[in-house]
Amino acid sequence: MTQTTAESAARKQRAQIRVRTLRTDRWWLAPAFTFAGLLLFLIYGFWAIFDKSYFVDPYIAPFSSPCLATSCPEGARLFGLAPFGDWYTLPPGILILGLPGGFRLTCYYYRKAYYRSFWLSPPACAVAEPHGKYTGETRLPLILQNIHRYFFYLAIVIGLILTYDAVLALVHKPAGLGSWILLVNAALILCYTFGCHSCRHITAGRLTHFSRHPLRYKAWTLVSKLNARHQKFAWASLFSVMIADLYVRLVAMGVINFPFA
Amino acid sequence: MGYKAKFRIWRGEGGEGRLEDFTVEVNEGEVVLDVIHRLQATQTPDLAVRWNCKAGKCGSCSMEINGRPRLGCMTRMSTFEESETITVTPLRTFPVIKDLVTDVSFNYQKAREVPSFTPPADVKPGEYRMQQVDVERSQEFRKCIECFMCQNVCHVIRDHEENKPNFSGPRYFIRIAELDMHPYDVAERKEPAQEEHGLGYCNITKCCTEVCPEHIKITDNAIIPMKERVVDRKYDPLVWLGSKIFKRQR
Amino acid sequence: MERHEYDVVVIGAGGAGLRAAIEARQQGKRTAIVCKSLFGKAHTVMAEGGAAAAMGNVNSSDNWMVHFRDTMRGGKFLNNWRMAELHAKEAPDRVWELEAWGALFDRTKDGKISQRNFGGHEYPRLAHVGDRTGLELIRTLQQRVVALQQEDEKLHGDPEAYIKVFAECTITRLLKDGDAISGAFGYWRETGDFILFDAPAVVLATGGIGKSYVVTSNSWEYTGDGHALALLAGAKLINMEFIQFHPTGMVWPPSVRGILVTESVRGDGGVLRNSEGRRFMFDYIPDVFKDKYATTEEEADRWYDDQANNRRPPELLPRDEVARAINAEVKAGRGSPQGGVFLDVSTRLPAAEITRRLPSMHHQFKELADVDITKEPMQVGPTCHYIMGGVEVDADTGAASVPGLFAAGEVSGGMHGSNRLGGNSLSDLLVFGRRAGAGAAGYVDGLAKRPSVTGVEEAKAEALAPLERTGGENPYEVHHELQRTMNDLVGIIRKSEEISEALQVVEKLKERAKNAASSGSRIYNPGWHLALDLRNMLLVSECVAKAALLREESRGGHTRDDFPGMSAGWRRKLLVCSAKPDGTSVTVEERAQPSMRGDLIGLFERSELEKYLTEEELAEYDAAVKES
Repeated sequence: MTQTTAESAARKQRAQIRVRTLRTDRWWLAPAFTFAGLLLFLIYGFWAIFDKSYFVDPYIAPFSSPCLATSCPEGARLFGLAPFGDWYTLPPGILILGLPGGFRLTCYYYRKAYYRSFWLSPPACAVAEPHGKYTGETRLPLILQNIHRYFFYLAIVIGLILTYDAVLALVHKPAGLGSWILLVNAALILCYTFGCHSCRHITAGRLTHFSRHPLRYKAWTLVSKLNARHQKFAWASLFSVMIADLYVRLVAMGVINFPFA
Repeated sequence: MGYKAKFRIWRGEGGEGRLEDFTVEVNEGEVVLDVIHRLQATQTPDLAVRWNCKAGKCGSCSMEINGRPRLGCMTRMSTFEESETITVTPLRTFPVIKDLVTDVSFNYQKAREVPSFTPPADVKPGEYRMQQVDVERSQEFRKCIECFMCQNVCHVIRDHEENKPNFSGPRYFIRIAELDMHPYDVAERKEPAQEEHGLGYCNITKCCTEVCPEHIKITDNAIIPMKERVVDRKYDPLVWLGSKIFKRQR
Repeated sequence: MERHEYDVVVIGAGGAGLRAAIEARQQGKRTAIVCKSLFGKAHTVMAEGGAAAAMGNVNSSDNWMVHFRDTMRGGKFLNNWRMAELHAKEAPDRVWELEAWGALFDRTKDGKISQRNFGGHEYPRLAHVGDRTGLELIRTLQQRVVALQQEDEKLHGDPEAYIKVFAECTITRLLKDGDAISGAFGYWRETGDFILFDAPAVVLATGGIGKSYVVTSNSWEYTGDGHALALLAGAKLINMEFIQFHPTGMVWPPSVRGILVTESVRGDGGVLRNSEGRRFMFDYIPDVFKDKYATTEEEADRWYDDQANNRRPPELLPRDEVARAINAEVKAGRGSPQGGVFLDVSTRLPAAEITRRLPSMHHQFKELADVDITKEPMQVGPTCHYIMGGVEVDADTGAASVPGLFAAGEVSGGMHGSNRLGGNSLSDLLVFGRRAGAGAAGYVDGLAKRPSVTGVEEAKAEALAPLERTGGENPYEVHHELQRTMNDLVGIIRKSEEISEALQVVEKLKERAKNAASSGSRIYNPGWHLALDLRNMLLVSECVAKAALLREESRGGHTRDDFPGMSAGWRRKLLVCSAKPDGTSVTVEERAQPSMRGDLIGLFERSELEKYLTEEELAEYDAAVKES
């Protein structure tokens, strides 16, 4: 009868399994798709910033709205405003893309998506990550993720402007396919924005007693419903904004030119 | 009905060990734990495995089946191909005692580091009045059966042993959230969640939620709400300013 | 060998054990909790329905006297009436106390603890959390232990100074100094190393004996350890013939056969049907319950909404009645395909309501049997669930006849008489766990000097024996044969010849168990652990069979095919088991049941008592009533 004592060194060890994972399913599929999807968005976005055909009355491409530079055509300006002076000569999209971009970058869902697919931390559950050290969101720069709620406030503004754009387009051209595409896009963006975890916290999540704040609790239950589909809305709005943006540009370029475009 | 299944099971005392191959009978309706019990009864009487209720309620038989953390009693054999070799290993994040049994004392240590429920001193037993909507959030977290699979799958400690002292893990984040959302708890839990329990290490990659056999929404309902509460306390200048100006709450 | 000194050693970390340990520690005693599983995994987590306590939150007519009457009725008046009284009186305080320790029960509209209906309880009485009340209870007590440890850490710098959990540690022998308890001997499951507790008081809270049966809702831990330890230490067991077969266990798939389907399914509207689609329970209402249960489906269905003006559906009869009815239906060939009957809630409640009220049942059937209970009926059959019998204890202190030995929870006997009501178990754990902890603390206070430990070498040799044999019996086979024997021959319906046959088999198995061998090392070796547990299971099985053979009547959890009636004469008798320290010569003797105190018996109508009591006792009743 052999017996190792409780103190032997081997007893303090994890199972010495040398492989990175024993998973037999296609665990790499989801991060690969995420990677491809996000990469596509980044490439498209980069192109869209420098593309100048962002306006064709009454449509404005979402990537360039609100259009705040002096270079913006009269009809594209939000309430006719051009708060930036003549000195600003870069593409107008750069002025505002940081807001929705920052919102999505610090979004609790997108964080999961890119931590997994870009940073492989971890690529999938129970698959070892390739990094030697890990400090998560405890220090700079990732501690800045905590400003998410401020991006949320700004994202509401952007979401409302896009809705305004869509409604305006619909009023001017109710039979235009573009108007409806912009409207669907605005709706998805609002669903994504109001399903945000920070929004859920602000409505009532931070309270201890729901029963003492019935209205806020009601709002919380609605936000929670959207929040449960946050991932779906994140992807749906990501694609809808790309599609809407591309559509407007194609119309502006004259590539799409059927009567109800 | 029955067929012979191929199993590869981790055997060994302490960390040193190897995967051993077995061929074992499987009958209709069985789960992985049944097959391991059959191995014990017929081939390897000293094969070590933890189990209790066999109904997914006690959280004892956590193991990794084909590389994924699962409860042995809730993993039906019908989810595998008959020709498939099924690999069963102990939880990777904890030291192995023997075969599939690991030393999970890390979790009990962390449990002790979370200050207990702290009601106001003047409420007597029997005087508690709470509305159902106010207890529901905490009740979700109290469904936890302490299988420790969320602790096991979390890459913060699974891949980085050195983080263990600074990170309590998803199980204890839901415990902290449960108490912070409890209508009668008066202890301050936000600052400690970040500073002592390592909430900031979590990068919300949601593996804890994925493996939870009780389907507790660990990330969405506990960790993220706690992160937001921490932001209120530590990182949001407006909330900070507001609390300085309106010093009405206790 | 590792040796620890404590004031109180609690064996078992379920509801009763933890409550006892908390009490002993709160009274300043150094307390050890020893359990076979990890901390927080005890079988209490399986309890689903709730904890019965007459708080009157849902129906204000409820009070301890109604609860007392229900308990006595459920136990067919064989209960230790003092225990039933204490239980009914103290249960509300024990439940409220849990709330102050962080438990979160479901609420009523006015914010109090909600209470649900359950079989045998006149009013909605069970404090609950969905259908996972046992988990809530164990977690709350576990967290209370942690809270005390945090307190001790602040005060003494060591969290384990006054209360420590020895998890995955099995006790194989109680040690004595003369007549009195002086400690306990066991082994660490993890390493196989031996451990010795030097302690003047031991509280047994080891639960039941279900693992002696094939079809059982109990986990592997339920090997009758406490029953056997007490017997070997010279204490007595009572009521061992009464075993509760829960009427609704899963019958398919085979691997989960016996796993519980909570009674709440019936409390919330689920009905039992046979293969012909008939709600057969209406055919099985016994005379003693005729006026309390609905006789038509219409009345039964009205009851769910209006309990004041209708009688309850017969699906909610006490468990023994329902179990026997299901057994009879299956035997008559009207069973379901896999040998049970149908329990249907899918046609009775909307799907969303089912998943809200019965989440863990929905989950359990979905995951284990691939059955969606919101769409199709479940198949259920009786399963060995609970033993009413156990260590004979003093009601107020939980003290057994051996000085220094205490017992609480399922391992103790008397409280539930011949049949336990659902929901009375969780409250029993709390009420008598606390009392046993206090009893042990009081006993330690009264000691002039600490007893000294003896018998360690014998205990060691006994524990090592299976590892030192080669080529002996496979313990798994012996265990399996015992389970089949008990299930088939001393199961839900019993006959004299069958029980005698079972006793012969047990005798042979005892010989084989003495020769059981386990290969492998001492480190986490389940084969070895089972070989050691066999002694306990065999001993307890022998008590059950011997007592079952003697009791020539049918009552509660003991049904004799050859003696189908209930006898008032037998109600006055308790069967008491004892054994020699080496586990031989198990004897069962009759003992008279003490008469109920006047004020308690006065709580019943004479017409009801006539069904249970002898003429002589009724005369006592008349005298008591006249006096008051």
